[in-house]
Amino acid sequence: MNLNFTPEEEAFRQEVRAFLAAKLPAELVQKTKTGVRLGKEDYKTWQRLLYEQGWVSPKWPTQYGGTGWTAIQIHIFDEECFAAGAPRILPFGIGLVGPVIINFGNDEQKATYLDDIRSGEVLWCQGFSEPGSGSDLASLKTRAVLDGDKWVVNGQKTWTTAAHWADWMFTLVRTDPDVKQQEGISFLLIDMKSPGVEVRPIITIDGEHMVNEVFLDNVEVPAENLVGELNKGWDYAKFLLANERTGIAGIGQSKAEFRTLKEIARHERKNGKPLIEDPLFQSRLAKLEIDLMALEITNMRMLVEEQKAGKPGPMSSILKIRGTEIQQQLSELSMDAVGVYANPWIEAALEANWNGEPVGPEYAPARTPYYLFRRKASIYGGSNEIQKNVLSKAVLGL
Amino acid sequence: MDFDYSEEQTLFSDSLRKLLEDTYSDTERRKVLDQDDSFHSEALWQAYAELGLLGLTFPEEMGGFGGSAIDMMVAEIEFGRFLSLEPYLASVILGGGALRLGGSAEQQSRLLEPMIAGELKLACALGEPQSRYDAFDVETKAEKSGSGYVLSGRKAVALGADCADRLIVSARSAGGVADKQGLSLFIVDAKAAGVSINPYRLSDGRGAAEVTLENVAVDAADLVGEAENAWPLIDHVVDLGTAALCAEAIGAMEKANDLTLEYLKTRQQFGRPIGKFQVLQHRMVDMTIEKEQAESLALLACMDADKTDPAVRNRAVSAAKVEVGTAARFISEAAVQMHGGIGVTDEYVLGEYVKRLAVVQATFGDVDHHLQRFGALTAAA
Repeated sequence: MNLNFTPEEEAFRQEVRAFLAAKLPAELVQKTKTGVRLGKEDYKTWQRLLYEQGWVSPKWPTQYGGTGWTAIQIHIFDEECFAAGAPRILPFGIGLVGPVIINFGNDEQKATYLDDIRSGEVLWCQGFSEPGSGSDLASLKTRAVLDGDKWVVNGQKTWTTAAHWADWMFTLVRTDPDVKQQEGISFLLIDMKSPGVEVRPIITIDGEHMVNEVFLDNVEVPAENLVGELNKGWDYAKFLLANERTGIAGIGQSKAEFRTLKEIARHERKNGKPLIEDPLFQSRLAKLEIDLMALEITNMRMLVEEQKAGKPGPMSSILKIRGTEIQQQLSELSMDAVGVYANPWIEAALEANWNGEPVGPEYAPARTPYYLFRRKASIYGGSNEIQKNVLSKAVLGL
Repeated sequence: MDFDYSEEQTLFSDSLRKLLEDTYSDTERRKVLDQDDSFHSEALWQAYAELGLLGLTFPEEMGGFGGSAIDMMVAEIEFGRFLSLEPYLASVILGGGALRLGGSAEQQSRLLEPMIAGELKLACALGEPQSRYDAFDVETKAEKSGSGYVLSGRKAVALGADCADRLIVSARSAGGVADKQGLSLFIVDAKAAGVSINPYRLSDGRGAAEVTLENVAVDAADLVGEAENAWPLIDHVVDLGTAALCAEAIGAMEKANDLTLEYLKTRQQFGRPIGKFQVLQHRMVDMTIEKEQAESLALLACMDADKTDPAVRNRAVSAAKVEVGTAARFISEAAVQMHGGIGVTDEYVLGEYVKRLAVVQATFGDVDHHLQRFGALTAAA
């Protein structure tokens, strides 16, 4: 048992730092540090840089562009990227559909999609949830009917993050309505430029447009866009969701946000002293940091297990639950920290290159929107209650 | 980074578990709990000595086996699982730890060798009635007398002082009552003139005592470490003991969770096992998460318990004690609640785990104490 990083791991950390110092654009760092909203091109720029470095898809098998890093190296990489102020990589391509194509797709699909997923040249979105199918995902109704050499798809997807940016959408569609729900679902790839695809924005309570409704009206999809076997989509979805759970923990990002929170708490005053010295605030800050330290080690314990087993186990639901709880607490405490300046709603201040007269400290305008933004963390990727059902059944045997 | 036990640790953990399974059933432990003359099993203590457990954490030149604080953790997790009543924490980790870290070669050979052989027990008497969890808050006086010292004062809830042959006592010869300067540590014979010991059991059945010192004469040879500068040593010893307690709590929480899960699967109400009810399932999941998170930091605390940089060590140990304390309270209360009436009966074993976890909570600082210490380190960093 040893929790220290090896000299090789420390050397790797330096290598990552050197890369970030040389390549991460200052403009992106400025945006992430102040909470300015990122656009499609911001995500694409960063992904392209990682792609060129060969570091964009560390977890993939090496023959498809993985780095062959250990679980600990992946953790270090993640931590350093966020510490330097890099944006996240949108998960839909590299984290979600990529591994499904690698594991269940055919050679032609691999040749068609994988490299564009890595480069970020083609952006993806996830067509899973429907208006009537949230936690009960397997009840989904979007129908795909084979007509000669094409599928005809009708239905509606919702909560589709980045659908307005995406070139492609991977979907779960019902291909057999007459069998048990889980046994009549298939995994289909849809070109967002296809006639009959309509994207409508959903504005969330933080004021941002990131999620969408996607309407599918007699959309024609080539038969070869089916991934894996017909009616086996639910198995692929479970595989994908397990990968999604471990990705959501977001330790590196939370550590970076904690540092920002500490800076805010040093800057804010209470009774003439820095807020960080206030016993009540300090106690909340301490508990949050301790929970995050614990999750970081729990995460590494599970990553090491995951790498040994070759896939994430059901315990990874713990990472999703605790990771999102911590993200939400960070956003709460950051909002509480700015006091009365949490109240002004200056949306324009969240856009890049805003030149208006500042209201309150530079970090203040993003705090309440961010708090509101984070509410969804315990809902998406399988709500935290669903994660507890998973743990209860698969780990505890209840 | 590596989270597995080494081959030696696995072997050793297995043999300790086997020993405890064979000799320390719930029934056997109950017999020890009913003893009046001694608060632990001396036969088991001797078995620990034979197994080499008492020398585990000492370097070979002190007669030990060269183990680390991680080895200490491996042992303490088993003690927690089996609710061991023996003064391992008191004698080996605290008393022995003070001499290992701060004692002279002469003191080590005089006391550690017989301690490791099971012939002599040690205990630390650091806290006082007014000091709550601050080990630097010391009123006990040490006055120079010839080449030695004379000690007077009172020590509170000293773990293992009920059966110790020698006490390691903190006393002040300079500074105000809550100063970290001016403290010294002394070896005191429990039978020396002027020492009175009022022994009792803690709520979890372990032995402790109030210790009164009235003009107790000690030799210069019994000063441990540097005179009037014992705080770094005291702080380290208490951190070591706290890390050990955290490991013990992991074993105890694991068992409390196992008992509860088993009960959820067997207890029938409304025509089905109560574990079919989602409200109980989710609470059981929460108990599991709490224990995993606490375990992660208990590992960190034991990794860092022997670090000499107090900032690094204090931080890891306080983080662990906060997470363990929070988890222990949640698990104790949820376990009793989900057992229903049986959970509050003295006959059923769950209550013993609840009591053990309550003692862990109020030993070496509760959640508030460690949140404060951790918070101050964070604010300063």
